[in-house]
Amino acid sequence: MGFLHEFLQQMVNGLSLGSIYALLALGYTMVYGIVKLINFAHGDILMLGAFGGFFVLAAYGVTPLTFVLALLVGMIVCAVVGIVIEKTCYKPLRNAPRINALITAIGVSIFIENGARVVKVIGPNPKEFPTFKTVNFPIGDVNISQIQIIVFVVSIALMFLLTYIVNHTKLGKAMRAVSFDRPAAYLMGINVDWIISFTFALGSALAAAAGILFASAYPQVEPYMGIIPGLKAFVAAVLGGIGSIPGAMLGGFIMGIAETLTKGFISSQLADAIAFGILILILVVKPSGILGKNVSEKV
Amino acid sequence: MKKNIANGLTLAAIAVVFTGILAALVYIGVIDEYTAQILTLAGINVIVALSLNLISGFTGQLALGHAGFMAVGAYTTAVCIMKFNFPMLLAILTSGLVTAVFGLIIGFPTLRLRGDYLAIVTLGFGEIIRVIMINLEQITGGAAGLKGIPSFTEDILLAPALSMLWVFSVMIITIILMSNLIKSSYGRAVLSVREDEIAANSMGINVFYYKMYAFTISAFIAGVGGGLYAPFFGYLNPTMFNFLKSVDFLVIVVLGGMGSITGTVIAGFVLTYLQEFLRFLRDYRLVIYPLLLIFIMLFRPSGLMGNREISILALWQRLFKSDRTQSKVDKAGERQ
Repeated sequence: MGFLHEFLQQMVNGLSLGSIYALLALGYTMVYGIVKLINFAHGDILMLGAFGGFFVLAAYGVTPLTFVLALLVGMIVCAVVGIVIEKTCYKPLRNAPRINALITAIGVSIFIENGARVVKVIGPNPKEFPTFKTVNFPIGDVNISQIQIIVFVVSIALMFLLTYIVNHTKLGKAMRAVSFDRPAAYLMGINVDWIISFTFALGSALAAAAGILFASAYPQVEPYMGIIPGLKAFVAAVLGGIGSIPGAMLGGFIMGIAETLTKGFISSQLADAIAFGILILILVVKPSGILGKNVSEKV
Repeated sequence: MKKNIANGLTLAAIAVVFTGILAALVYIGVIDEYTAQILTLAGINVIVALSLNLISGFTGQLALGHAGFMAVGAYTTAVCIMKFNFPMLLAILTSGLVTAVFGLIIGFPTLRLRGDYLAIVTLGFGEIIRVIMINLEQITGGAAGLKGIPSFTEDILLAPALSMLWVFSVMIITIILMSNLIKSSYGRAVLSVREDEIAANSMGINVFYYKMYAFTISAFIAGVGGGLYAPFFGYLNPTMFNFLKSVDFLVIVVLGGMGSITGTVIAGFVLTYLQEFLRFLRDYRLVIYPLLLIFIMLFRPSGLMGNREISILALWQRLFKSDRTQSKVDKAGERQ
């Protein structure tokens, strides 16, 4: 009974954490799908989004309305930041060797982290994130907090929204076309530059939402908070099959559950190492990921 | 062939004399202890940056965990000396070997694949190794760090000069080994992997083997660099080897030019000195490095040197030998 109870509790925690990873992994996978770049700065967009939410909630207090406002502000700000980064740093390097674009991405990531640290309003010290007072709903032996429910519901809603945009709108069709074959999409009259910017904006907005949800669940914000979730979300994207949107969602949930189960049953210090272990394992066993396709190389 | 060996030996002799003089100047106090320390630190940075250049510059595989390798090397040396009473040289070599084993373990699953997995896996390794170091309290001293690592010598007056002598000697050996490696057929194979994996593969080059080869050697050298760091600094703490430290080496490599040994050496000394010099900027220093990375990549991706080298011997011969040997000398002296 004790084991089952602990297991169910950790599954609930894992689903909540996993939905955050899934949101973040979606950004990695969309950007990778369309420009074949690991956007190292993605985790730092999460941090910026969390701070965006922090300022709104700190100024207006925590009510359901301000929480929605915080989400909107964070998402819009980060979407703009995402577009700016893409236009200034990644676009000029689109035809350069991949290692150059990767190094630029590292540069952008550290610039955002250290920039946030230097800026007076953010600063190096962790700040407490204003969040709802925790209310637990016991179902049998398992405790579910209302924050976990909010995190889960908001994430699922955003994932549905994204799936709708990608699969049922003209923009989404253009995105899929560009990621499938960029030159051909260009020849068909699709504004490739605009679509790539839109993809970055979409991914960054999701990262911002993930940041605010993450900060609500673990109420602390600081400039380096994005590194580890970013790393784990990338592993989630690889696990699901990088470039695949349903894969990123699945990978995110698996990562979240794996992490909380490790915390519950093995050791909380190993929780970070487990992500790394999963990455190595997936690269050895099935590098294309669970839902990814094996693409043969063309010369 | 014999000429190559002769050239190498002359160069080594010049370097040894130069280092000897430098160490003597430190010993008699012409160069003060602070400057000596910066120079020694720069030497260690150059060693690790060279190892990063081998995998990222020459082989074209971005690695982001060299601070992690350095940590493995540093802790191995410290433990070898303090717990097992190894002599210094043996301890440093052991640390290189242990780090190379880590390189093999990380490289095997990741380097088989095309794409940028090495970057993310080494990044993860760098983060995880720190967590492990903090948790292995009996061996590493945990988060409090490892104190009282014996220096290169017990004589306090001699210590700065001797540290410098050790570090510079290893640096020179590394430079000579690496430039010979790049000129060898192994080196050519490694370069071809960087230029075009598919073409190299179809020319019969085992891409995975050469990537592993370069990465393992890179890990070995980084481990030796870390091994020198432990007795030089005398104190180790897992937070010293964080991700930003790995990025410091990346900045050195990128600024010097990916694929240039000379560039890395110059950039290593310049940046290490600059880091001390820019202390008055306080935290704003933290923003300069990443901006430097971005701007170099956007406006001058080849860095200072591109993939060119400065060869003292070629310069010497160009100045003092007759025109007859000119073309031969150019071929021998300049890579590519």
